[in-house]
Amino acid sequence: MTSSTGVLPGLLDTDAIRKDFPILDREVNGRKLAFLDSAASSQRPRQVIDAMSQYYERHHANVHRGVHTLAEEATALYEGARDKIAAFINAPREEVIFTKNVSESINLVANLLGTADEPYRVGPDDEIVITEMEHHSNIVPWQLLAQRTGATLKWFRLDDEGHLDLSDIESVITDKAKIVAFSVASNVLGTRPPLEQIIRRAHDVGALTLLDAAQLAPHAPLDVQALGADFVGFTGHKMLGPTGIGILWGRQELLQDLPPFLGGGEMIETVTMEQSTFAPVPYKYEAGTPPIAEAIGLGAAVDYLQSIGMERIAEHEHALTAYALERLKEVEDLRLIGPTTAEERGAVLSFTLGDIHPHDVGQVLDEQGVAVRVGHHCARPVCLRYGIPATTRASFYLYSTPAEVDALVDGLQTVRRFFA
Amino acid sequence: MKLDSMYQDVILDHYRNPHGKGLRDGDAEVHHVNPTCGDEITLRVRLGGADGQTIEDVSYASQGCSISQASASVLNDLVVGHTVAEALATGDVFLELMQSRGHELDRSDEELEEILDDGIAFAGVAKYPARVKCALLSWMALKDAASQAVQKEQERKSA
Ligand SMILES: Cc1ncc(COP(=O)(O)O)c(C=O)c1O
Repeated sequence: MTSSTGVLPGLLDTDAIRKDFPILDREVNGRKLAFLDSAASSQRPRQVIDAMSQYYERHHANVHRGVHTLAEEATALYEGARDKIAAFINAPREEVIFTKNVSESINLVANLLGTADEPYRVGPDDEIVITEMEHHSNIVPWQLLAQRTGATLKWFRLDDEGHLDLSDIESVITDKAKIVAFSVASNVLGTRPPLEQIIRRAHDVGALTLLDAAQLAPHAPLDVQALGADFVGFTGHKMLGPTGIGILWGRQELLQDLPPFLGGGEMIETVTMEQSTFAPVPYKYEAGTPPIAEAIGLGAAVDYLQSIGMERIAEHEHALTAYALERLKEVEDLRLIGPTTAEERGAVLSFTLGDIHPHDVGQVLDEQGVAVRVGHHCARPVCLRYGIPATTRASFYLYSTPAEVDALVDGLQTVRRFFA
Repeated sequence: MKLDSMYQDVILDHYRNPHGKGLRDGDAEVHHVNPTCGDEITLRVRLGGADGQTIEDVSYASQGCSISQASASVLNDLVVGHTVAEALATGDVFLELMQSRGHELDRSDEELEEILDDGIAFAGVAKYPARVKCALLSWMALKDAASQAVQKEQERKSA
C-alpha cells in the first residue's frame, strides 16, 4: 500500500498522527492492520496512555479527601480534566458531570425525570419522544422510564434515504412531551439530523431535550451553549480517551433543581443519621470515588484533539468519506444504507453486500487485516426499518487514510470472489 | 489463506445448497435468535415411527451467515431418520467439537467423522469464538424443539 496523503484536499498529516498511535502499527493475520471500527471505539494516542500511567506512577490518591500532597495533586489533575472538557464543549465546569459512559449519562437523566418534582416529572399523561435511528442506549432507558411511569413513548421515523422524517413534527412533539432525546449523529447511518428545528419545537412545547453526541463529540466541534439543548451526553472511549469514562453535560439551574440519584460519599454536604443535604453540582451526581485516571485520560484526549483542531478533523473525515463513497461504488452489489453524499453524513458507512451475510464479510475482511464492525450496531430498529438483518460498517477517524479505504475496497472484492 | 480452515468447501456447499430448508408440518416449532448478530431460525420437528420417537423431518426457515446456514443443513442430514435420543447425542458431540477451540478431542478423527460426517468440517470454526454460536444456533433450536415435541407426544399418550 502506498500512502495517498496529500492527494485529497483536506487530509491531515496522518503519517505524523499515526506515530502517536502504537496500535495502528500492528499486523493482523500477517497483514497491515486497517482499523476501520473507530465508531465502536477509537484507539488512543501515547499521550493518553502516558497521562494515565504518569498519574498512577506519580500522583495517585483519592480525590477531594485529604490534605496530603498526593491527594492534592490527584484532585488538581481530576478537576483539571473537568476544566479541559468544559472548555472543549464551551460549558461552565459546574455543568460537566463524569459518568461511566454515555449510556450511564442517558440513564441518569431518565431516572431523574422519573423522580423529579414538577415541572420536570414524567408521569402517566406525559410523552417521551425519541427517534427510530437511536442506539439502544438512547431507547431502552426511555422504554424503562415509560414503563415505570405510565408515560407514552413516541418516535420520529426514518425515511427511505436515511433522514429523520420531520414532516409530522407537530404531532410527534406535542405539549404533552416532557423530554425529547435524539442522537446528533447516527452510529449506523451517519445521518446528522437538523438539531435546531427539533430543539426549537421541543422548547416551544416546554419539553426538555437530551442530545446523544457519542458520534459527534469525537469528530466535530461541539458547543453545547450554542446548541441550546438541556442535556448532552458523550463517551470517552470513542474520542481517544479510555473506557470507563463518559460525560453528562446539563444546564446548571436544571441540575440544581433535579433530585440526586446515586447516594454516597462526595455527593453530600452534611449527613446525619436521619437525613443529608447535597453537594452543589456537579458533585451532587458523582457519588463515590470517581474514575480518576480515566477522567485524566479523557482530559489528555481532549488536549490531543484540540492540538489537531476539531474543524481540521471534521474536514479530514469529510474528505475520506467522500473518497470512500466514490470508491465503494466500484463494488458490485454493494448497497449503502443512509444518506449518499458526504455532505449529509458523518464518517460511518454501513452497507450490505449482495446476500452475503455481514458476519462473513467481516470475517474475510479480518483475514486481510481490515477491521470493520458487523451486526446491527446496537440499533436494531434501524435494521428493521430497512428490512436487513445486519450491516457491515466501516468508520473513519483522524488517523484513517485513503490507503485504508483502498484496503477496504480490495477486501470487499475478495469477499465477493470468495462467496461467489 | 487461514480462512480456508473455517470456510471449508463442504461448508460453502451446504451454504449454497442447503438441505431440507423450508418450513413443513411439524409437532413442535421454536424460534431462536442470536442476539449479537441477528441470526434467526424457525425450526420444526416432526416425530413418527412405531414409538413416536423418530425424527421424521426437521424443517426450518433461517436467516444468517454462511456458518449458521450450513450448520442447519448438516444438522438436517445428521438427524432426520434417527431417534430423538440419537439426534441429541450427535448434537452433544457437535457441541464438544465446537467448544474445543481447535484443541484435540478425546475422540479419534475417525470416530468424529463417523458421528458427524460433514459436521467435522466445522472444526475450523471452533477456532473463532465469535462464530461458534453461529454454528450452534440450529442445534440449540433442535434440542428445544425436540424436547417440546417429545413432551407433546407424552401428553397425547397419557391423555
Ligand atoms: C450513538 C451512540 N449512542 C450511544 C452509544 C453507547 O456508548 P457507550 O457504550 O459508551 O455507553 C454509542 C456507542 O456504541 C453510540 O454510537
